[in-house]
Amino acid sequence: MTDKKVDNGVDVEFLLGAREMLTEAPEGAQFQWRAKCDWVYGTHSKTSVEGFFGLGEEQNHKTEYTFDADHPEVFSSEDHGATPVEIVLAGLASCLTASVAAVAQHREIQLNSVSATLEGGMDIQGILGIDSDVRNGFDGIKVTYNIDADASKEDIEALVAQAQKRSAVYDIITNPTNVTVEVS
Amino acid sequence: MVSGAPSKIDTVVIGAGHSGLAMSYCLSHRGIEHVVLERSDVANSWRTERWDSLRLLTPNWQSRLPGLAYEGDDPDGFMTVPEVIEFVDHYADVISAPIQTRTTVTSVCCAGDGYQVDTDRGTWKCRAIVVASGACNVASVPAIASSAPSSIAMVTPLDYRNPDQLKEGGVLVVGASATGTQLADEIHRSGRPVTLAVGEHVRMPRVYRGRDIQWWMDAAGVLDEHYDQVDDIKRARNVPSPQLAGSPGRSTLDLNALTGIGVKLIGRLAGIKNRKGQFSGSLRNNCALADLKMNRLLNTIDEWVSENGFDNEVSPPHRFAATTVEKSPPLDLDLSNGQIQTIVWATGFHPDYSWLGVPVLDRKGEIRHEGGVVDSPGMYLMGMTFLRRRKSSFIHGAGDDARDLSDHLTSYLANTISNADSILQAGANK
Repeated sequence: MTDKKVDNGVDVEFLLGAREMLTEAPEGAQFQWRAKCDWVYGTHSKTSVEGFFGLGEEQNHKTEYTFDADHPEVFSSEDHGATPVEIVLAGLASCLTASVAAVAQHREIQLNSVSATLEGGMDIQGILGIDSDVRNGFDGIKVTYNIDADASKEDIEALVAQAQKRSAVYDIITNPTNVTVEVS
Repeated sequence: MVSGAPSKIDTVVIGAGHSGLAMSYCLSHRGIEHVVLERSDVANSWRTERWDSLRLLTPNWQSRLPGLAYEGDDPDGFMTVPEVIEFVDHYADVISAPIQTRTTVTSVCCAGDGYQVDTDRGTWKCRAIVVASGACNVASVPAIASSAPSSIAMVTPLDYRNPDQLKEGGVLVVGASATGTQLADEIHRSGRPVTLAVGEHVRMPRVYRGRDIQWWMDAAGVLDEHYDQVDDIKRARNVPSPQLAGSPGRSTLDLNALTGIGVKLIGRLAGIKNRKGQFSGSLRNNCALADLKMNRLLNTIDEWVSENGFDNEVSPPHRFAATTVEKSPPLDLDLSNGQIQTIVWATGFHPDYSWLGVPVLDRKGEIRHEGGVVDSPGMYLMGMTFLRRRKSSFIHGAGDDARDLSDHLTSYLANTISNADSILQAGANK
């Protein structure tokens, strides 16, 4: 054992404290995440996020963040941004990776580098309405992690497995969610 | 018995299963006057709520209670349900437990410095109470069950007896803990093709390095781990039961064994919509987690073997094949096309505390307790998963818990008596 302190930059003490506090006051655990989207032109849109609700009150990011989404030129679009499905991959990748860092901190595993590549297969016969047996979404997503950490291969595999168990976006993608779309 | 003044007694134990009886033995040894109230007969849930083929997950040599060790000639075998009933019955006789059978507790309330226990055969007033009424009174069935098409028959493990009671045709078994895997195995072998919905689970080989896995966990001290030694006791108490079966052939009943006979694996059941079951895409990770966790247990065992110079006594260490999951397991299952006729909800159990009027339940409906010492003076809990030790819910786990908790109970009674005495004394001295 070395006395070098593991530092992945995740405040695990805070998270454990929050967990304890919210166990006592579960109403504070009710969060609502929001996004606002404006059509620009063609398939190009701008989505912004700023406010959200949690810990019993309105909260704000430090600043507003915006995301351009569009489709590439092979779809005869102007490619002003990532395709929405790539943004889904980005969401999954960043959620899992944050989870890896948090679990590693908790398990006192020093991370040196973490990178993930994601591949989502899709048969666009679905979205084009060519074949009703083909779904619109991904037919599967493959995530490959490359992790350099002060830990055994088995511990790293356990880290990545546990990260999936604790990831919100992983849950959102692997399980059904009711979606209600209304026109105001 | 129904009318008349309440009977007064130091302690009431609710439930004459192995936990309540182990507690009774310890209380008798400590000279604590008590009665064990039992709604039906000794070991009632074993008589009425178990399927025909069930055997204990623990080998016979482990079937020991305070004051009674296994005396049969098959220490490595696994007791059938009739054998368990006989064992617990025999124990009740051997220890001459003061049991009042056919007495159903209808309510328990705080009364003065103790409790009032109402039953269908009279009322008891006591200063201490032990809740040993079982962890598995009610089958936990998820709310989504109500969305299943009406053509589907549904059964819980408390109603299930054997495959013959099921319609012919396919069966969806939801849940892959000990219950789910055992039922999947025998139902599939009966000619009803089984699809097994698998969430988080605990994989274990029956035998490792020539010894039963329970022998290893016992020897390596895993089963004695205390509730205040683990990182997250809440999580530890919710861990599903291991995929184990007690069979004469001591065979392993993991997911690979089930897919080997043709059972189909599918992800955790996440919803039922438009007559279709929807399943999570997390099957692969749940299997990976279980494989990794099993290997950590085997590492613990191997380390124990080396540290104790035991390597020459047992066969060399090895690892089991990873759980095989097909490349793209289906994410939905049509429940209206006749392929699935029955759903078996092997989704766990929970206790029934509908009679408990003492405010000790948390928001999840579980009793607030610290290692079995309930958050209400003089009240104790027995027989729950990881109550005080990892072995708490097993037959052989009842002894140590009963010893600890009866000690606590004894000093609780002594201290409250001495308080009452000193108050009387103070009054007399005025």
